[in-house]
Amino acid sequence: MADQQTADNPDADYVIQVRDLVNAFGEHVVHNGLNLDVRRGEILGVVGGSGSGKSVLLRSIVGLQKIRSGRIELFGEPLGELLDDSDNLCDLRLGVMFQDGALFSSLTVTENIQMPIQEHYQVSAQLLHELADMKMLLAELPLQAANKYPSELSGGMRKRAGLARSLSLDPEILFLDEPTAGLDPISAAAIDHLLQTLQQALGLTVFLVTHDLDTLHAVCDRVAVLGEGKLITIGTLDEVADYDHPWIRAYFSGPRGRRNERSGQH
Amino acid sequence: MASNPTLQMHAEQQPLCAEVGGDWVLANVEKLEQLIGRVRSGGTETIQQLNMQGLRRLDTTGGLLLLQLVGIPRPENLPAYLQQVDDHHKIILLAMAEAICEAEATTPRQHRWLMDLLQRIGMWMVDAWLQLRLLMHFIGVVITTTIRNLLQPWRLRWTSLAFHIEHIGLDAVPIVALLSFLVGSTVAFLGASVLRDFGATIYTPDMVSYAFLREFGTLLPAILLAGRSGSAFTAQIGSMKSNEEIDALKTLGMDPVCILAMPRIVAMLVSLPLLSFIGMLAGLLGGMLVCSTVLDISPAAYVSRIYNFTDITHFWVGISKAPVFAFLIGVVGCLEGFKVSGSAESVGQHTTSSVVQAIFLVLTSDAMFAVLFEQVGI
Repeated sequence: MADQQTADNPDADYVIQVRDLVNAFGEHVVHNGLNLDVRRGEILGVVGGSGSGKSVLLRSIVGLQKIRSGRIELFGEPLGELLDDSDNLCDLRLGVMFQDGALFSSLTVTENIQMPIQEHYQVSAQLLHELADMKMLLAELPLQAANKYPSELSGGMRKRAGLARSLSLDPEILFLDEPTAGLDPISAAAIDHLLQTLQQALGLTVFLVTHDLDTLHAVCDRVAVLGEGKLITIGTLDEVADYDHPWIRAYFSGPRGRRNERSGQH
Repeated sequence: MASNPTLQMHAEQQPLCAEVGGDWVLANVEKLEQLIGRVRSGGTETIQQLNMQGLRRLDTTGGLLLLQLVGIPRPENLPAYLQQVDDHHKIILLAMAEAICEAEATTPRQHRWLMDLLQRIGMWMVDAWLQLRLLMHFIGVVITTTIRNLLQPWRLRWTSLAFHIEHIGLDAVPIVALLSFLVGSTVAFLGASVLRDFGATIYTPDMVSYAFLREFGTLLPAILLAGRSGSAFTAQIGSMKSNEEIDALKTLGMDPVCILAMPRIVAMLVSLPLLSFIGMLAGLLGGMLVCSTVLDISPAAYVSRIYNFTDITHFWVGISKAPVFAFLIGVVGCLEGFKVSGSAESVGQHTTSSVVQAIFLVLTSDAMFAVLFEQVGI
């Protein structure tokens, strides 16, 4: 069902285009000529072994990582020029959910969500409050958590709060760094479901870095596999799983992968 | 970039219909609030229909405002309110209505000044009492651990102790010496200008030696170490606490007080008396410099004056306070570290609190010592 959406429009416009990306820390080369296209409105899962540069790729696209060479375009505009002006960044409407939420620890959940809105727009206090409530509800975060500080929340709640904050500026592209890592399978499944609902309802493009095979099965329209500094392959989950590459074979047919497939068939 | 949003009321129609158009997005939130404010101030009754033919872009902010216009209906009733609605917009509105109807809206917290003030005072009092009890408890734990360590000296972490003595004691020598020297010369200047009126400048060395041997020689290094090492104890132990390292120690059958607190407190107990001695010497040296340059008291005369007229008991009075101060600073620094919970912010709070408490305790105990020695007549 997920495939149809992308198969229907092969000429879908690309919201993120990465060309010949090179990233290196000193001698250690992370990306060596990486190319990647992300279509509008898809959920792209990015997988790869530890140290294959998934998070670095995410950080490069949102401008947190200075790239050594290559070109990144967001909505058809080169990233370098966009980054020169912070107003542009706000118009870009990128939402990033960091691995452990990265909530501002001195602010309550509500304040965490309100702060970016307050910083960029003139909004009445009443509407600001209602907006924050609404984002929390969209992230399926109980409103009792509104006045709590991040340190008082459980891991799953912190992730939801991080998601709510990443939605605060109504992003068009949502970047998620391992949204289900460290969660129990039930909470992880709930996050998967939430992502899917949000993506369908708000028409977001989602760039999802994950290790979680369940997440790939459940929500991703396409999967990109990184390795050896490049994009090994990209496609629907089935296409990728059939691709002949040692890492991919190990990943999908390892003990955890096999179990997963079996449970998927029932 | 975003086109202007519009909102038009068709008052003549029944049921009341509103026509919305343009971009209802966060970037237009100011204009949207104005538009809605204008409609609301017109005193119109609840809008029954939304004609969304002209609507271009819609995000969750615009969605919330639209839902509010029609009084946030339940999701199953929502379609009845919408006319000529684009499928995509409908999905957004439905998803939002579903999310919102599940929960009662919260109200922003109300501030009641008097009650808030009373509440805070009460919380302070309770907190102060609890902190005091905790401090007493921790002092007890440290003393029992010390006794155990004395009986089994091989259990003390000697490497760690040496490391901390280097950091607390040796590394602080230059700054302690410099500060004491400066304060020593300042005291000598003060003495010179006050005593000159009485023609008694010859007593300046006595003043400097009294001040430094009894009080400043110990007090200055103590305050310095409270800021320099007490805070470091809190930050080190605190970040270990927030990283669950303390819990890891406990589960591995190791006693965090023995491993983390004891070496620090013992290092403090060793370092502060030594630093106090250096502080006293540096202070006397500062006094000597001022006396020889301003007052024509030669260094030889300065030394013989102190040697002949200053009793050695002053030195013992001063140095005897050093271990007490050291213990207080060490205990408070470590305890505040153990109190850290969770976030990095908590580490910061407890570090501040550690320095404030340590300096407070040092100064109050110093005042108590002054009264005690006065009563005993030393």
